[in-house]
Amino acid sequence: MTSDLTPLPSFYFLMVAAALFSIGLGVIVTKRNAVAVLIGIELILNAVNLNLVTFSRHDPSLRGQLFALFVIVVAAAEAAIALAIVLKTYQYFRTADLDQVSDLKN
Amino acid sequence: MALGLFASLLGVAALYVLAGADFLAVTQIMVYVGGVLVLLIFGIMLTKKSQSPDNQLKNYVLTSNINQFWGVVVSLSIFGILFVAILTANFSFFERPTNVEQSAGASTVQPIGMSLLTTHLLPFEIASILLMVALMGATYIATSKTKPDNDE
Repeated sequence: MTSDLTPLPSFYFLMVAAALFSIGLGVIVTKRNAVAVLIGIELILNAVNLNLVTFSRHDPSLRGQLFALFVIVVAAAEAAIALAIVLKTYQYFRTADLDQVSDLKN
Repeated sequence: MALGLFASLLGVAALYVLAGADFLAVTQIMVYVGGVLVLLIFGIMLTKKSQSPDNQLKNYVLTSNINQFWGVVVSLSIFGILFVAILTANFSFFERPTNVEQSAGASTVQPIGMSLLTTHLLPFEIASILLMVALMGATYIATSKTKPDNDE
């Protein structure tokens, strides 16, 4: 790596992470399909990971990257379980719309 | 929808490379693009969107109780709050030299592997147990325990 390359300022990483978080939140709130809500959750987890990696850039012990690694592991497990639950509710209710799966309401 | 998620996951992996986290970038591509995205595509494929009217469960008039406008407004205002907060934060932490400058671009694979097996051994083992439990639980939930001939 040549030394005349300056690293990107951390401000940009934080901006991208904030944008990803907001887009994920908007997807979760506005979408009605269960798989779309899962996609929004993945976007929010990616924003969190990007923040962890950004703050770990200035830390020589790399603890932020290790924490981001565990967040990736938990996110993969969560996606597998959530997809299984969505498929099961689709078999029972014949729909993946979160507004119509409301048997526990009231 | 899934294509946009694919693009954003690859973009986040590229940002990891720019931040000097090469091991995390490879992990991101392998786990998210290779695992989670394929899983989500299967979920989209197996839950079809259009619903035929003969298997409608209830007969009342469905009204949309999700206000798309206010959801977008709330997420945009949260982005505005975060934008102003990051602009005015002025972290002194960011004045320090980055790891890329200090280690002259050395790989992070070896320190991450060393600390995973020495100082962070307990969360590593807990993560392995969690993955096994999630695998068994997902297969237990997703398998159909009833006979397939009770459809009609």
